[in-house]
Amino acid sequence: MEEFFQQLTNGLAVGGIYALIALGYTMVYGVLKLINFAHGDLFTIGAYLGFTLFTAFGLSGLVSGPGGVLLVLVMVMGLVALIGFLLERVAYRPLRSSSRLSAVVSALGASIFFQNAVMLIYGAKFQVYPNDIRPSYVLSIMGIDVPLVRIMMIAASLGLMLALYWFTQRTRIGAAIRATAIDQGAAKLMGIDVNRVISLVFMIGPALGGVAGVMVGLYYGQVDFTMGWVYGLKAFTAAILGGIGNIPGAMVGGLLLGVIEALGAAYISIAWKDAIAFLVLILILIIRPTGLLGERVADKI
Amino acid sequence: MTVSRTTSYAGIAVVVAVLPLLLDPYWTDVFVSIGLYSVLALSLNIILGQAGLFHMGHAAFYAVGAYVTAIANTMWGVPVLWAMPFAGLGAALFAMVVARPIIHLRGDYLLIVTIGIVEIVRIALINNVFGLTGGANGIFGISRPMLFGFKIAKPVHFYYLVWAYVACSILLFRRLENSRFGRALNYIKEDDTAAEGSGVNTASYKLWAFVLGAFWAGMTGTIYAAKMTIISPESFSFWESVVLFAIVILGGGSNRGVLLGAFLLIGLPEFFREFASARMLAFGLAMVVMMIFRPQGMLPPMPRFYKLPERIRCITGKGGDAAAQAGGGA
Repeated sequence: MEEFFQQLTNGLAVGGIYALIALGYTMVYGVLKLINFAHGDLFTIGAYLGFTLFTAFGLSGLVSGPGGVLLVLVMVMGLVALIGFLLERVAYRPLRSSSRLSAVVSALGASIFFQNAVMLIYGAKFQVYPNDIRPSYVLSIMGIDVPLVRIMMIAASLGLMLALYWFTQRTRIGAAIRATAIDQGAAKLMGIDVNRVISLVFMIGPALGGVAGVMVGLYYGQVDFTMGWVYGLKAFTAAILGGIGNIPGAMVGGLLLGVIEALGAAYISIAWKDAIAFLVLILILIIRPTGLLGERVADKI
Repeated sequence: MTVSRTTSYAGIAVVVAVLPLLLDPYWTDVFVSIGLYSVLALSLNIILGQAGLFHMGHAAFYAVGAYVTAIANTMWGVPVLWAMPFAGLGAALFAMVVARPIIHLRGDYLLIVTIGIVEIVRIALINNVFGLTGGANGIFGISRPMLFGFKIAKPVHFYYLVWAYVACSILLFRRLENSRFGRALNYIKEDDTAAEGSGVNTASYKLWAFVLGAFWAGMTGTIYAAKMTIISPESFSFWESVVLFAIVILGGGSNRGVLLGAFLLIGLPEFFREFASARMLAFGLAMVVMMIFRPQGMLPPMPRFYKLPERIRCITGKGGDAAAQAGGGA
């Protein structure tokens, strides 16, 4: 039971990260029907920017408790959102009217570019997050020890997801995003500036991905430049699992995938941990391509 | 067959034949790699270029072929080149099993699933599946191939072996392109609903495109295993698949385009070794720029013509000349 509970909370914490990244995939897919392959690398960039800011602040002694961490998170969100905005302008907007394959290849190119840019700037070795930021306190819930950082992560990802859900459901801009996702042409006729909506989506998604990057850095204590594509692929699996294009779906899918993976690693085999997520991806696409809550993605033959 | 195509292939053949006389062993080796990637990309081209299926897991088929060869050779003492058809069959069988359930997926979803497959294969190889694959260290001590009593060991021997294989592949794939099978694949690529409507069994043709591409990649795996004498899971990572994908897309999907793509992506970086760390950066950037300004690739396949009026034939003939010159330059 103790083992199960530990794996469950660990799975929820990691699943929260998957969910935050998956939201970026799913929102972009919603408005553009494009898989943003570079999204995983935006997550990496977020993690590294967090590393830079933490070490810079750590040196000047400005980080003091949760306030400093929050400040860093907000700064990373802003910076990664800017990169996402530029990415859409440079690599995707010129291809808006061309074939799907062109956009996919362009996205892959952008992914390779970002990954190698990070490697050139920070070096090929992994980087260690400063130790003293993350709370080492361990909570005892019903006699079971849970690290505080894990609970904070679950809370933070849930909080961000709820905020996003509120934003898309209750605000005017959120309604514009949903309208664009349903029918771009009709949205244009209703006076929605579709280009601005797409730019906005390319800022919100990467911002959440960037936060996820910093959270991974805080949780595991280290980041490396290739981690983006594994996390990206798993988050994409999460988006598919929940139903791509569907915002609550990405949240559910992420948490579920995290838990499946943690329990699978604990009870089946740790060596096959990464394979479990990909197996889930293949199975879901074969058995229920619409995901748990989403639209259909497979052609009938 | 137009004259221009024949001349351009003759030009390439002459250059390939005399090239080793001018090269040191290191550069010969580079050209062996270019040849291997060319064949792999040609086999991927059946799936990606001809049938238009976004397949980014080609390294998985290549890996199955290489591992079949390595296991047959080191455990049962089968001579390397004898293992070649079995490597091909092994990869083809694997492709048939994994492609069957996913063949109906739409473009980018197929792409993601094939990435998943290549990763699962790599993880399986690392975890020493069936106790045969030697785990993360791989398999070593694969013997050199013998051809009519001649031992192929030096880079220059492999050079001729690989490029002869490239020539055979191009010859066969050209025949395939113009066959009923090839035309069906092209129809599926252009419009698979219309193809289905005209009585083309799209699911079956798509599956056979996978099987055939995998068969050829598996056989190429044999030559790779023989050349390296040691294979490990890291040789068949996701990035190999990305490079192959990029060769086909940037090359444009014609056979000569694939050769040009292989030369540019595998050969050209060797000229810029001092910038080794930045070359992937340039590679990523090139993919983005290429898609914006020339999405059809460097040498897209020429439009087919079957008994068309004389006037139209002249126009396409001219297009062929320009493409042939660019191809000859490679």
